[in-house]
Amino acid sequence: MAVSEQDEIVIEVRGLRNSFGESVVHEGLDLDVKRGEILGVVGGSGTGKSVMMRSIIGLQRPDEGEVTVFGEPMLDRDEAELQNIRKRWGILFQGAALFSTLTVAENVQVPLREFYPRLSERLLDEIAAYKIVMVGLSPDAGPKFPAELSGGMRKRAGIARALALDPDLLFLDEPTAGLDPIGAAAFDQLIADLREQLGLTVFLITHDLDTLYTICDRVAVIADRKVIAVGTIPELLALDHEWIQEYFRGPRGRAAEEANEANEEAEARTAEANGGIER
Amino acid sequence: MSSVARFTDSTEEGRRVLRFEGDLTLPRLGVLPNRLDRLKGSDFLIDLSGVGRMDTIGAWIVHRTARDRGGEIVGADEGAATLLRQVEKADQPVKVRPDPPAPFERVLTQLGEATIEAGRTFVGLLGFFGAMLLSIGHIIRQPRRFRLNAVVQRFEVVGVHAFGIIGLMSFLVGIVIAQQGAVQLRQFGAEVFTINLIGRSSIKELGVLMTAIMVAGRSGSSFAAQLGSMKLAEEVDAMRTIGVSPMEALVLPRVFATVLMMPLLGFYAALVAIVGGAVFCWVSLEIPPVTFVQRIREVVPLTDLWQLLIKAPVFGLIISLAGCFQGMQVKSDAEEVGLRTTTAVVQAIFLVIVLDAFFAVFFTEIGWL
Repeated sequence: MAVSEQDEIVIEVRGLRNSFGESVVHEGLDLDVKRGEILGVVGGSGTGKSVMMRSIIGLQRPDEGEVTVFGEPMLDRDEAELQNIRKRWGILFQGAALFSTLTVAENVQVPLREFYPRLSERLLDEIAAYKIVMVGLSPDAGPKFPAELSGGMRKRAGIARALALDPDLLFLDEPTAGLDPIGAAAFDQLIADLREQLGLTVFLITHDLDTLYTICDRVAVIADRKVIAVGTIPELLALDHEWIQEYFRGPRGRAAEEANEANEEAEARTAEANGGIER
Repeated sequence: MSSVARFTDSTEEGRRVLRFEGDLTLPRLGVLPNRLDRLKGSDFLIDLSGVGRMDTIGAWIVHRTARDRGGEIVGADEGAATLLRQVEKADQPVKVRPDPPAPFERVLTQLGEATIEAGRTFVGLLGFFGAMLLSIGHIIRQPRRFRLNAVVQRFEVVGVHAFGIIGLMSFLVGIVIAQQGAVQLRQFGAEVFTINLIGRSSIKELGVLMTAIMVAGRSGSSFAAQLGSMKLAEEVDAMRTIGVSPMEALVLPRVFATVLMMPLLGFYAALVAIVGGAVFCWVSLEIPPVTFVQRIREVVPLTDLWQLLIKAPVFGLIISLAGCFQGMQVKSDAEEVGLRTTTAVVQAIFLVIVLDAFFAVFFTEIGWL
């Protein structure tokens, strides 16, 4: 167990094929997500990043292929068995998909009530309260309705709901889209912190180059209907593929890379300084 | 490997010791929180050395016990200690539910809010009507801005598509009136007056009233839902910034179409109701259709038809205004679209019936009996 823990595969996708009518979105798509990593998924608009996520979580039935999550095959399972897998993941949809008739606190409690009806009302309230603080919402956000929240707060509330069951696996669909740069950076930090504290595995769809550079361990690139490459950003940069080069070497890609380098240098300096004081 | 969370409660060297064992994770918790709640006493030594896995909810329960009962946590491994620090940091006073107001105060507040809301709706509806008149004025001055295509499209949705259901409904209503009327009038040997009942009530009242209710349910609601969703998706704002007036592009075509379609539908409904009554009279009272038609022409005055044709467009105006007005009021979320749609239909039907009563009194006064 200890030997394989390092490289245990949480999500395994093999030979996935998805199509809508005539247009084929995926063909022979393979992907592995390892335990404890943050895997970023990138690809041009319309390459089927969200469709891939929907196939993994069972919202979209693929034409062909196999999807395995936590070592359990996801296709053609009965509902009761799928429920046991659903308990172990949390999902943040693009628009946060909070239930608009429930308050933030009630939204967080929905999965808890659904899967663990025996929890006492008091414990449910306490759990909702600390989850709300943990994702960085203000303490008065609990009784508010989603319509009263800003976009960034809605996403945080969405994360709080996704984390309600303390999942092992978190799916995030463009978590920083539509956030201001400060909010987006704070969100990146939040995801990195949560992974650190809770040992999460994160499957992250994003267009945000800063997110890719700062928090992703590996990046999977979707193009030509399949995952054409998976690896760290330096590994991807070494590849000679037109789209990858354009994506990471374009003006925005370079800016993000420079920002990341500057950040790392600053961090290293601070660490050195702190270390000096301690000694 | 994994096992259900449990704890033992013992006294060692004069101190209460809670020894947790198993996995302190949500799926393995079982009744542990409830058992902990029932536990009496305080100042525990909380020993976590027997704990396998732990998640934030397990950590929270340990933290809460230590916080509320006064206790000391020992034997936490590195992961557990991190989690405990995390939940401790996240332990802040958080409002989970809105404050419940005092009952008396609440009733007063709701009453006041409802009154203000009713006043606002009335003023808003009046303002909306005014804005609509203004934009009709604009269109009269610049007839090119009239959106004929949109109006024709609404004709189809409001009028043509409603033919089937309104026809069926009116036919059945005609039969019911004839049957109920015949039963009562038979007691006086006046069965033949069933024809008067059918003819006059269908044309004067029922045809247009039932049509108005059906159109409010079909079209008034869909206006509110359509415009409401468009407001949510910021389509209406986009329209304004491009320079297209939502009043002209969205509201006027719907109002025109409903105002024009209502008399047609009402007349059609009255005719079909008479046909339904005729069928019943023929089958059940053995009055042949020819006699029926002749009798109808004798007993139904032309003023009945004028009443129908005057009332129908007014009802159409009310239904479409209520629908469009409520739709344009949507601001926050999907739930509001539903609420506004309901309000639109309720408001439309209520106003139609109130106005119908006024019309009845008015027409009697001017001698259209």
